[in-house]
Formats: sequence, structure tokens, C-alpha cells
Amino acid sequence: MPGPFEYMRTVKAEDISAAVAELCIRANKQLPEDIVRAMNAAREGEPWPVAEASLGVLCRNIEAAGEMDLPVCQDTGMACVFVRLGQDVHIEGDFNAAVNEGVRRGYQQGYLRKSVVADPLRRVNTGDNTPAAITVELVPGDRLELTVVPKGFGSENMSRLAMLKPADGVEGVKRFVLDTVRAAGSNPCPPIVVGVGIGGTFDKAASLAKHALLRPIDCPNQDEFYARLEEDMLREINSLGIGPQGFGGRTTALGVNIETMPTHVAGLPVAVNISCHVTRRASMEL
Amino acid sequence: MEYRLRTPLSREELSELRAGDMVYLSGEIYTARDAAHKRMMECLDRGEPLPFEIRDSAVYYVGPTPEPPGRAIGSAGPTTSGRMDAYSPRLLDLGQSVMIGKGMRSKDVVDAMVRNGAVYLAAMGGAGALMSACVKSAELICWEDLGCEAVRRLEVEDMPLTVAIDSLGGNIYESGPAAYLQSMKGGN
Repeated sequence: MPGPFEYMRTVKAEDISAAVAELCIRANKQLPEDIVRAMNAAREGEPWPVAEASLGVLCRNIEAAGEMDLPVCQDTGMACVFVRLGQDVHIEGDFNAAVNEGVRRGYQQGYLRKSVVADPLRRVNTGDNTPAAITVELVPGDRLELTVVPKGFGSENMSRLAMLKPADGVEGVKRFVLDTVRAAGSNPCPPIVVGVGIGGTFDKAASLAKHALLRPIDCPNQDEFYARLEEDMLREINSLGIGPQGFGGRTTALGVNIETMPTHVAGLPVAVNISCHVTRRASMEL
Repeated sequence: MEYRLRTPLSREELSELRAGDMVYLSGEIYTARDAAHKRMMECLDRGEPLPFEIRDSAVYYVGPTPEPPGRAIGSAGPTTSGRMDAYSPRLLDLGQSVMIGKGMRSKDVVDAMVRNGAVYLAAMGGAGALMSACVKSAELICWEDLGCEAVRRLEVEDMPLTVAIDSLGGNIYESGPAAYLQSMKGGN
């Protein structure tokens, strides 16, 4: 009989730290291709001159960050680290410590901003951007996939959650998303990306909304019903007139991503996680 | 309209600016955001001096990334100004004349601006790398323990800014979207 670890693949804590450090730096300096494409397309399609000019500046900033080797935005975020952990992976060392060591190293070596306070009310900066907000999902296989999402708080602060009634239905969900985007106005640095989580429980809805921001905005929901809802909501958001920077224009959002899960007969939780045009993510498989 | 201005700005210069105008700002400005504003209020409460002369000052709401070797500053775009709303009226009444940030302001802030002839300029939110290039020097002057929130004196050159709210209360966050929506109704 094989021993208990013979099916397992070993991943060393040090390799996790090195990967996380690299991902923190890469995510902050280089936006994902889908976001860059969407920004350029938005600029070309923007009918309002002030808005077109703002989008032009933001597109130039993305290029300048590359040329100057600087973060695209000074809010280099709280490091949200999403882990898809194969159940046949054995981690040699302390996993959480390894991720935090990676964040510490990445934010130091990459000249990224340390934006985390140790306590929400006493507010002393930890000085190294730790701890990370770590989410682990156990999946089949022997691979470990890391995704680092540095989340800025200009947009995070504009996010909301509501426990709607089942009777509110799809119209209630749309209304809540639109109200949230309208109330956010110029604050989250539009054009924004809107992550929507529908269903589950109070906490799962928020988690779904955050996960929705991991999906490239040019990949619609695989369920056609929700793909259409994403499209409808994007069109309605871009009819609000807020525009880039809130100075007016068509391009208020670049994309709407919806994630769902089953929920209780009595409930309809909806969470809206707003992200700015600097929607960052970088992944690596170990 | 476009203006090239250098700090300190006179109330006459400020009174000409209208919401939507572009300003290319040069000269000395100070950085302060959430934690620094809180400490400034504590200074005032204790009757102590502020870390810089507040009269006629321009304050930029920014927490830059650390400067890599060879640069004056890292990425340096604006943070959301609304979080400073609780503190701004008091500083405006003490003579601060320019606020630089992004996003909406409360009615109390706008009232204090009109009362004092101050302006609120918007920097391009998210354009941290481009704004960095406008900063010629940066000097930490107070509260180093606040890290990215410490108070710095910046020397800026041709920093591109939009007049978001002018000294009469004109507000691009209201007039801009309204004008766009009106143009859409016109059948474009």
C-alpha cells in the first residue's frame, strides 16, 4: 500500500513567497490585457469630448507606468490573494506565513505603497502591507494556483450589500446595482468595473462579488441569462452620464461581471463590489 | 479656459477660475490625507501650530508610493477627497485656498469654499504614474510614522488639474454629467 504522502505533490513555502512577491509587483505595474483593451475601445467609442480626453490621459498613464516602471496607481491596494489549492498538494512550511512573506517582499522590492493598518479603529500602519486577505478554495488535482488582486479602497469604499426580498426579483437587483453606481459617482475613479454577487448567504454574496472581479471583462457569464443581464446592466450604467472621472460622458463602466450561487427560499442577497479602471490581477500556477 | 498658475495663488486668480477649466499648476504644494488631517485637527484643538502655513496653501490629498532610486516620488495620483470633508471647512476658514483631490465634496465644504473664495481642483484619479512626472522634488516635513500618509512638501511643475468646484460653487460633478445627458437627449 502506498504511504499517505505518495499521492501528494510537495510545494515549498519559499516558492509560494517568491511567487506572491512577483505577482504583487506585476499586478501593480501592468494591467490585465482585457482591461487595457477595454480602455482603448472605450476611448474610441466615447462621444463626449471631455470624457474622450480623460480616457486618453488614463490610457497614456497605463503606458507611462510601464515606461517609468511605476505602479499604475499610487493606491497599490490591500493584497487580496486567491488560492486554488489542489487537494493533492502538500505544502512544506507555513502557508499563511509564506503568502504574507511574499506580500512583504513584493511591496518592499517593488516600491509599492504600504496601505494596511493593523487594527480598523486604532489604525497603526503595519509598515509592510501585511497581512494579505487570503481566500483558499480546495480543488481537485495537484496544482496550486495563486492570483494576486491588489484592491484599492477608493472603489472598495463605494461597494454595498443588500438583503433583498425574493419578490424584488431581477428588477430589484438591477435597481440596487444602479443605485450603488449612482451613489458612488465620481469617487471610485470611473470608468469602473462592477462585480456583482447574487445569492448564497450574507457573506457568500460579498465573496461572489469579489470573485466576479477575477473574471476578465470580455468573458461573459456562461449562463446566457446572466450574460444578458451583464450586458443590460452595463448599458444602463453607461446611460447614467457619470462618465470618466465623474465629469460626464458615456463611459462610466467598462464591464459588469455577475457571479451567482443557490440561496434560501426567503432571501435574495446582492453584493456590489466596485473596482476602478485600475482593476488588477496577476496569476501563477505552481 | 486653460490657465498656467504658480503657487501661492491670490484670491483674485482663484476667483477667475470656473468649474471645467484646466489649470497647469506649478510651485509648492503640501500633501495631507486622512491621518494627517486628523492630526492637524488635534494640533488646532491644542492650540499648537500646523506643520505648514495653512493660509493661502494648496493641499494635495495623496499618499504616494515610495520613490524608487533616481525619482523624486513614486506614483502620486489623488485620493478620494470626500474623506476629508469633515476637516476641510475648518482649514478653509483658516485660509487654505486650494484643495486638490478627486470626487465629490459635501455641502459644508462647498459652503466654506464660497465663504472663503477657495477652489477645489481635481487631479486625474488613477493616473499615478503621469502625476509622478510633474513632481520635481518631495520633502517629508512631518509625521513620518504615518508612512504614505506623512506630510510632504512637493515642488510641482505643470500639474494638470481640472477645476472641479469653483469659488462660486460651480461644480463639474453636477454640470458635466447634466450637459452630457442633455446632449444625448438632443438626438445624437
